[in-house]
Amino acid sequence: MKLRDDLAIIAKWIPPHSRVLDLGCGDGMLLQWLNEKNNCRGYGVEISSEKVNQCIEKSLNVIQADIDGGLSIFDKHKFDVVILSQALQATLKTEFVLKKISSLGKNVVVSIPNFGHWSSLFSLAKGHMPVNHRLPYEWFNTPNLHFATIRDFESLLKKLNFTNIKAAYIDESNSNSSKIVKRFITLRCTTAIYQFSPPKS
Amino acid sequence: MKFVEEKIAEFSLAFQLKSGSYFNNFQLVYETYGELNSDHSNAILICHALNASHHVAGISKKNKKDVGWWDNMIGPDKPIDTNKFFIIGINNLGSCFGSTGPASIDPETQKQYGSSFPVLTVEDWVNSQALLADRLGIKKFAAVVGGSLGGMQALQWSISFPDRIDHAVIIASTARLTAQNIAFNEIARRAIITDPLFFGGDYYSKNTYPKVGLSIARMLAHITYLSQDGMTQRFGRSLQSKETYSFSYEIDFQIESYLRYQGEKFSHSFDANSYLLITRVLDYFDPAENYDGNLTKALSCVSAKCFLVSFTSDWRFPPSHSHELVSALLENELDVSYAELNSVSGHDSFLLKDFEYHQIIRSYFNKIKV
Repeated sequence: MKLRDDLAIIAKWIPPHSRVLDLGCGDGMLLQWLNEKNNCRGYGVEISSEKVNQCIEKSLNVIQADIDGGLSIFDKHKFDVVILSQALQATLKTEFVLKKISSLGKNVVVSIPNFGHWSSLFSLAKGHMPVNHRLPYEWFNTPNLHFATIRDFESLLKKLNFTNIKAAYIDESNSNSSKIVKRFITLRCTTAIYQFSPPKS
Repeated sequence: MKFVEEKIAEFSLAFQLKSGSYFNNFQLVYETYGELNSDHSNAILICHALNASHHVAGISKKNKKDVGWWDNMIGPDKPIDTNKFFIIGINNLGSCFGSTGPASIDPETQKQYGSSFPVLTVEDWVNSQALLADRLGIKKFAAVVGGSLGGMQALQWSISFPDRIDHAVIIASTARLTAQNIAFNEIARRAIITDPLFFGGDYYSKNTYPKVGLSIARMLAHITYLSQDGMTQRFGRSLQSKETYSFSYEIDFQIESYLRYQGEKFSHSFDANSYLLITRVLDYFDPAENYDGNLTKALSCVSAKCFLVSFTSDWRFPPSHSHELVSALLENELDVSYAELNSVSGHDSFLLKDFEYHQIIRSYFNKIKV
């Protein structure tokens, strides 16, 4: 079972035996890996019936709900880790969702596409919104509502007083292989992955 | 073509009911589909809702026109596959399709029970179903499945017999009725009880029955099974075989004709006392009752894996009812999955054939180990 590179990084950050809530879990690949290899106890949340079905085909626990409005189901249960992978930019009330998910778990893992990547700037300079294999949508049909650069996102994390912030930056501009980026991050990173804890109360 | 034959299980024992009453003798009518495997691990119990019966799938041997009420879901190669599972449909106590009910003869008096038939609960039903499981040699069900009131039985199974159920599949159901749900039931009961032919429930000996009251009860209930959009799509404001209004109180609109037909048909096939009884079974169901309304505590003994399905247009038991249940199951750290499917068919969606719905049920049952 091989995980997509960004998911593999997330997987490494999650301690064995964690209780995991994976928001926007898609076909459930990450959850399946965490359950089977890491002995985690995972629940997925997904809005698409087709993807819910794919999770059920993998015997995963999956709840069909909308991240923007359907998370009150989880209010009473505290998870060790809440994951929101490549889905924050598609939420309507992004700031609210960030606060909400941080209240559901001891740790939060969020990954976002970096809109400041050089290829996006290049597209914009040529007069077009970026369309590529990672963001394959046109401006008029994209589910992504809130794009941010990694610096923008990091400002928001600070503003919301999240603690223990840790980040990994990866470059997936080659669709076959990806690598960790350490220099010229704001231009070279395509996906940024963050781990943080709720604000100290 | 193989026809399905109903079977009868007779019980002679003191069967204590939640109300304090008891039966010394009763019978349950049931059907089975598929084969029980050698270690008896592939049994599934299908629980019926208000007006259905033990005839869940296939064609009845008694009446070749009678196709089971969930035949689109259950059968060879169907989402709940009888090639894999041994499936049991039971007619619940108090109903009117062969199991002991108000129209049965009370062995003590040699007369029909009528008004003396005890009020039952979901717990009583589940206990009686367990007796039949004992008799069939089934220690543990691979799954107990039901829609609406049937889903409440599946939930109760997971509470009453946590060691005897692997999966609870709870569709378009609820952990308790709301005041609005009870209000609809009360109107249905008033329609029956105030019918002059009801005779306090003892109409059998008078060779009559509260036909009008029962059909009004059914008309009302039928509205709650559909959705506004579904009704608009199907009937709109279309007139029934006429060009203009009649300026009277006769049938003008198609929806009036449809409801009257449904009420009339139902009043010939269902017993009014059973209808009263089963609406009460619905009202009284509330596992959280003994835990100060705390559903999480009520479900603390559950160990079954649970799968819930609700439908967006169901306003009888809308998705919010399933959310409450999912939340309580999660708090108990149980395995739970939940699908909230788009539909315009209202509460009735659970009985209808729909690609997404059937695919997801099929996927779930494929993964059940037997």
